[in-house]
Amino acid sequence: MNIAVLVKWVPEPQGTPSLGPDHLLVREGADGALDPGDEYGLERSLQLVERDGGEVSVVSMGPEVALAAVQRGLAMGASRGVLVTDDALRGADTLVTARVLASALRSAEPDLVVAAVESTDGYTGTLPITLAELLGLPSVTFATSFDVDGAELRAERQTAAGTEAVACSLPALVTVTTGVAEPRYPSLKGVMAAKSKPVDRPSLTDLGLGEDDVRPAQRVVSAEAAPAKTGGRVIEAGPDAAAEIADLLAEARVI
Amino acid sequence: MTRVWIWADVAPDGVAPSAFELATKARAVGGDVGAVALGPGASEAVEALGDHGATLVYTSDDERLVEPTSRVAAHTLAALVAEHAPDVVLFPSSYRGRDVAGRLQGVTGSTLMANAVDLPSADRARAEILGGTTIVEVALEGPRPHLVMMRPRSFEPDAVGGTAEAVAVDVVDPPGGSSEVRVLERTETAASGPSLDGAKVVLAGGRGLGGPDGFRLLEELAAAIGDTAIGASRAAVDAGWVPYAMQIGQTGATVKPEVYLAAGISGALQHAVGMKGSRRIVAITKDPEAPILRLADLGVVGDLFHVLPAVTEEVRRRTGR
Ligand SMILES: Cc1cc2nc3c(=O)[nH]c(=O)nc-3n(C[C@H](O)[C@H](O)[C@H](O)COP(=O)(O)OP(=O)(O)OC[C@H]3O[C@@H](n4cnc5c(N)ncnc54)[C@H](O)[C@@H]3O)c2cc1C
Ligand SMILES: Nc1ncnc2c1ncn2[C@@H]1O[C@H](COP(=O)(O)O)[C@@H](O)[C@H]1O
Repeated sequence: MNIAVLVKWVPEPQGTPSLGPDHLLVREGADGALDPGDEYGLERSLQLVERDGGEVSVVSMGPEVALAAVQRGLAMGASRGVLVTDDALRGADTLVTARVLASALRSAEPDLVVAAVESTDGYTGTLPITLAELLGLPSVTFATSFDVDGAELRAERQTAAGTEAVACSLPALVTVTTGVAEPRYPSLKGVMAAKSKPVDRPSLTDLGLGEDDVRPAQRVVSAEAAPAKTGGRVIEAGPDAAAEIADLLAEARVI
Repeated sequence: MTRVWIWADVAPDGVAPSAFELATKARAVGGDVGAVALGPGASEAVEALGDHGATLVYTSDDERLVEPTSRVAAHTLAALVAEHAPDVVLFPSSYRGRDVAGRLQGVTGSTLMANAVDLPSADRARAEILGGTTIVEVALEGPRPHLVMMRPRSFEPDAVGGTAEAVAVDVVDPPGGSSEVRVLERTETAASGPSLDGAKVVLAGGRGLGGPDGFRLLEELAAAIGDTAIGASRAAVDAGWVPYAMQIGQTGATVKPEVYLAAGISGALQHAVGMKGSRRIVAITKDPEAPILRLADLGVVGDLFHVLPAVTEEVRRRTGR
């Protein structure tokens, strides 16, 4: 079994990222890492190949620094990596990103593509679905657990109404929540081994993509800080706290 | 004239309120508003959509349109879009909204703008990024229709009392056939009490509640106030204390009640996105540095296990419940 896990490098996953003068996310020089949300699906994929055999590859599009995210995936146990980097991809929208990742995945012919439900920085939650459409794959989104049984994917997923158990034949794409597995911390051995694992760095030409394919159709024309709250009050929990909260409820006419 | 379409999430038990929000906005942007309602429940939705400003509703009640991948729905919508050439299609940020819009982008090659909070024109969207801390205005280019996915509750739905014409739609099978994903089992989370959507008061609990039992404190207070729904942070949902349907935030529900009370929630950006539009915000947390205190009209620093029961008692005393 051949599983491709999408891994995204995100700036400041724990902090607040910022916009540059061109209104694009500051990526170069920012303190970045593998998106924590991607580690859950990667962990589950590693567990599956450790049980059933096969190989996990980690696939990413991003700037040069994104190599750190790929390397983290390799240190956790993936066998190989793919990173697509090109200046023309700065400011890529989800359609462009999906085209690039689709081209990178097509030749690998994975049985299963794994992504997170949404990224920590972009959080559109649509990239994997567009990718599935471009690759002609069925998709199972919002999986809280998944398993592979022979040539079939089985998953539990969240829906608006509750949960659903679903099955579909491979190849397929699945997007996962943080529930699917508890990510391992890379061992020192894993970190050392990662250095000698192959990382493929295809160019856009290698991927058969031209200028028109990677031109983003979204351009940020202005940015402003969202209005901040003013006039709030913070008190210590003392004997009056309950009465103050009740006063606020009364003011709001809900009691 | 600008032609704005909206995607209506329909189900046999009714239309999602997001459809009315989107229809209201679509009306404000331009001419005719087309609504697309695909799946069981679609034909019953026509009247309510018309009431909110849709002039045409493309409908089919076909079961195949709700298979889990949304491929059939996306290809059916793609055929409609190719025939009628709308300028913009608005989607809700819902499970189906994401799936259909994401797939449609792959079919049509038109750009998809997510997390939008406003649509100044057919080629401009305003969106919340960086966890809702920044609002950007984005020019939408490339082939039409532009696809724009709206954050929930970005607009107040407004019924104008119009009527819509229903147009029957033929289901389009995607290349390679449909229904590749089989549903083995469906479990509906029983909704208890008022829904997050409509309640005047939302009491939300986080990791600080310490476990499922902690939510009892919120239930007791809710009973004392009345018309109150219970929500949760993702930490509480991921820990399995409460069902996902209660999650508030980026990946969950967006609420705008009269009063939002957060107990044991730190107020991470991803949580704030779903509640900062609330009319009044109360926060109870042990941590004087917690970001939720910066959003709060009234922040109480202390132990929620003491504060919550005291509030319940005080409310009971005043309301006699
Ligand atoms: C892509 C992505 C999407 C996400 N989507 C969401 C989302 O939709 N919704 C969401 O909520 N989160 C979401 N998150 C997670 C979010 O980043 C936070 O991790 C989460 O909101 C934290 O939950 P919490 O506030 O309950 O827990 P914590 O951050 O651990 O906060 C617990 C708080 O409780 C306080 N506390 C502890 N004990 C007590 C006590 N006895 N009395 C009073 N206070 C106490 C602590 O001081 C602290 O302030 C998302 C994250 C990512 C990366
Ligand atoms: N540039 C990228 N490289 C690799 N994977 C990505 C990239 N962008 C998004 N993804 C994957 O798609 C998921 C959803 O991303 P998004 O649509 O940005 O919310 C992410 O969590 C990743 O798993």
